[in-house]
Amino acid sequence: MVTSAEAMAQAAAHAGYNAQTFATFPSQILGGPTWTQTHVSTSPILSAGDELDVLVAFNKAAYENHLSEVGAKGVIIYNSEDFQLEDDGKSFGMPIEKLAKSTGNTRAANMVVLGAVASLVNMPHDYLVQFVTRRFTRGRANDQAIIESNIKALALGREQAVSSGFSLGTIPHPQRPEGQQILVKGNDAVSLGAMAAGIDIYVGYPISPATTILVWMEHNLVGPGKFAYQVSSEIEALTALLGAGFAGRKAMTATAGPGFSLMNEGLGLAWMAEIPMVVVDVQRGGPATGLPTKTEQSDLFCCMRPAHGDVSLPVIAPGTVEECFYATVQAFNWAERYQGPVILMSEMSLAERAQNIPKPDLSKVVVENRRVYTGNNGYMRYDGPGASPMPIPGRPGSYVANGSEHDPIGDTTHLPERHVQMTERRFNKLKLLEDGSYERMNTEEPIAVMPWGGSKGPASEAYKLLMEEGTPLGWYFTMYLHPLPPALLEELRQKELVLVPELNYQGQWASTLRSQGVKAEAITQYTGLPFKVGELAERIKERVNASIKRTVRA
Amino acid sequence: MSAKNPEYDFKWCPGCGDFGVRRALEFAMSDRIINREIPMENNVVVAGIGCSGNLVHLLEGDQPYGFHGIHGRTLPIAMGVKMGRPDLNVVVVAGDGDFLSIGMEHIGPQAARNLDITAVVMDNAVYGLTKGQSSPTTELGVTTSSTPYGKLEQSINPLDLYLTLGASFIASGFSGKPRDLAKLITAGMDHPGFAIVHVQSPCTTYNDTYQILKGNPRKGIAPLLWDISEEHDSSDYASAYQAIHSGGWPVGIVYRNADRPTLNQRIQAIQSKVKQKTTQELLDAYDI
Repeated sequence: MVTSAEAMAQAAAHAGYNAQTFATFPSQILGGPTWTQTHVSTSPILSAGDELDVLVAFNKAAYENHLSEVGAKGVIIYNSEDFQLEDDGKSFGMPIEKLAKSTGNTRAANMVVLGAVASLVNMPHDYLVQFVTRRFTRGRANDQAIIESNIKALALGREQAVSSGFSLGTIPHPQRPEGQQILVKGNDAVSLGAMAAGIDIYVGYPISPATTILVWMEHNLVGPGKFAYQVSSEIEALTALLGAGFAGRKAMTATAGPGFSLMNEGLGLAWMAEIPMVVVDVQRGGPATGLPTKTEQSDLFCCMRPAHGDVSLPVIAPGTVEECFYATVQAFNWAERYQGPVILMSEMSLAERAQNIPKPDLSKVVVENRRVYTGNNGYMRYDGPGASPMPIPGRPGSYVANGSEHDPIGDTTHLPERHVQMTERRFNKLKLLEDGSYERMNTEEPIAVMPWGGSKGPASEAYKLLMEEGTPLGWYFTMYLHPLPPALLEELRQKELVLVPELNYQGQWASTLRSQGVKAEAITQYTGLPFKVGELAERIKERVNASIKRTVRA
Repeated sequence: MSAKNPEYDFKWCPGCGDFGVRRALEFAMSDRIINREIPMENNVVVAGIGCSGNLVHLLEGDQPYGFHGIHGRTLPIAMGVKMGRPDLNVVVVAGDGDFLSIGMEHIGPQAARNLDITAVVMDNAVYGLTKGQSSPTTELGVTTSSTPYGKLEQSINPLDLYLTLGASFIASGFSGKPRDLAKLITAGMDHPGFAIVHVQSPCTTYNDTYQILKGNPRKGIAPLLWDISEEHDSSDYASAYQAIHSGGWPVGIVYRNADRPTLNQRIQAIQSKVKQKTTQELLDAYDI
């Protein structure tokens, strides 16, 4: 089902605005409080926005839950068929279903809402008409009737808003972003990135909020040599990837915290036996079953150090929907290059957010493939200090991919010098992955802010506010959390203070940075919701000012 | 390869049944590569953890590919190999602890999928490598290092379990007759679908069952092993059930249903109907 909010985002993006949705819903199939938020702007959007300009409440509970989020000048539209409000000077009622029914199309309720909301900001009516016309032109006999009823619904909503007398001013004309845009959710961007990287095998197990990747793959990863499958557990999923990667295929799974925990032993085996694969952790609130449909960034510790023994897996954490695409391509490239598992960390707020992004140009996507052994039998697969060509079953070069400590041909060994050699070999391979890029601004400032993952959005808007106010502050961001780009680490080590906004209690990324010699301090939140821009800016400013005062006193 | 590898120091105890299973697997794979004119590298042996799993390092002659993974996960690893490369011959080797205790959750799903692989299960009714603890096939009341006052669980009947879970090929064999066992493994490899060859492979150190399996007329011990007769209709579920529940251990092919499509065949059937979209087409669907 497409909600009114998603229709709003689609219509706005179609007209050339920037649009982003953010949704949350309970873990149940029917009913319960669901809401979707849409943020529309003429400039690029990186957060869901702090307060509501318009609240559309379909029932009393929704009104009561979200009233406090409505801004001072905000307007509330309520469904007058469901409940009534006293005249409070900021709300008006609309019989949404009844108006939709009067167009002859009961499914046009979204358009009634859309017409009303667009009218409140004086969005040109033509934009909506064009959107509806394009959306419902599907080559069916009743296209025209459906288009007409939806246009009628838009007009009815508009009339209601006009006669209410409320107005939020006039939204400026959109400045259509350059180049072709797509409107896509984070999880779909991950799936598309995997396709662009040449994925062969996807094996997964349903779990919120990663399920949509499994469903997408089941639909689209078809054809010769392709295989997408739902197995009986995350243990099966991960171990099936081991077999597929060993057989020469590019393989991926996506899961969330509980599934990731089950994959730990298998990830250690992938590291030990040197099997390429990509594992996506779409984080939700934890621990245990935690908050399945809320957002959090609390899996960092377990993603950077999964499994027992000396293991340290590469981690890439995209910060935007657009980065979800490129991060996935790079996760595959890294896995192929160093021959081992790569963890891609997404999070619920990215996964379920639809956003307009520049359309990736597939001709410019660089795809890497593992070095393959092409010689005769008798090959020493695990010989040498770093990654070596990988033999593929069916061709000469047979060896044993071994999870026990092994000698160069893959036989189990307990010799101390062999364990030293092989441990160093596995860690040496990480050096192949030190090519990550990073963002930097105002690098001369001794204090910097460095978010990670999806907190990049609110943090970058907060940073913009602080820059306008003249707060002295540098900015760093990379999605390559491990290994960190060495030049970035060197810069961070020179800072007096690196502030890390992150959605967990322990300050997991700040702690990780400190262990690498960076004076990092976390700004945490653990509500299950993303940062609000204004609040975050305040907290950063307070911390910066406190630090400056200390310095002055000293 | 490991017979000549001085660094590899694992050894089976003298008389271990796993020697015979290794021999049988070597016979079956050698026959296969000769008959089908394929290289040994077309075989992949996925090994479990335990004494039996070391078979993958102890194979002699031309070497297949091997995967010696983690405890209990041979079947899903084998699934990944087979679905990644359906042309390969994939064989699982695992013990009763690996396959039937920690790994039991994977048997049902692979049987339901009819994954086209062959699992050779070496059953000695004991955990040997950890020095003699009870396993799912250890009999009720038996004293082991982890059941000092006798085992409290009743033993499972693995053949009954496989039949119930829907394995499409079930054979039961004995490590003491490698040539005969090789024929069962070959039949399992030739079977299109999920094949299990369950082998009585005694542990001479912790659970020496040679005498009760083969019997000893002088001591008045009747053999547990008995040959399945040529009249047995292995395609008939009821006959298979009866053979499993006739007491002792049957030797031969218990059940075989070659009519069920394999997972790969089902996927081929779907893929011939579904139109494959290019990445560009998939991306274009998101155009604003």
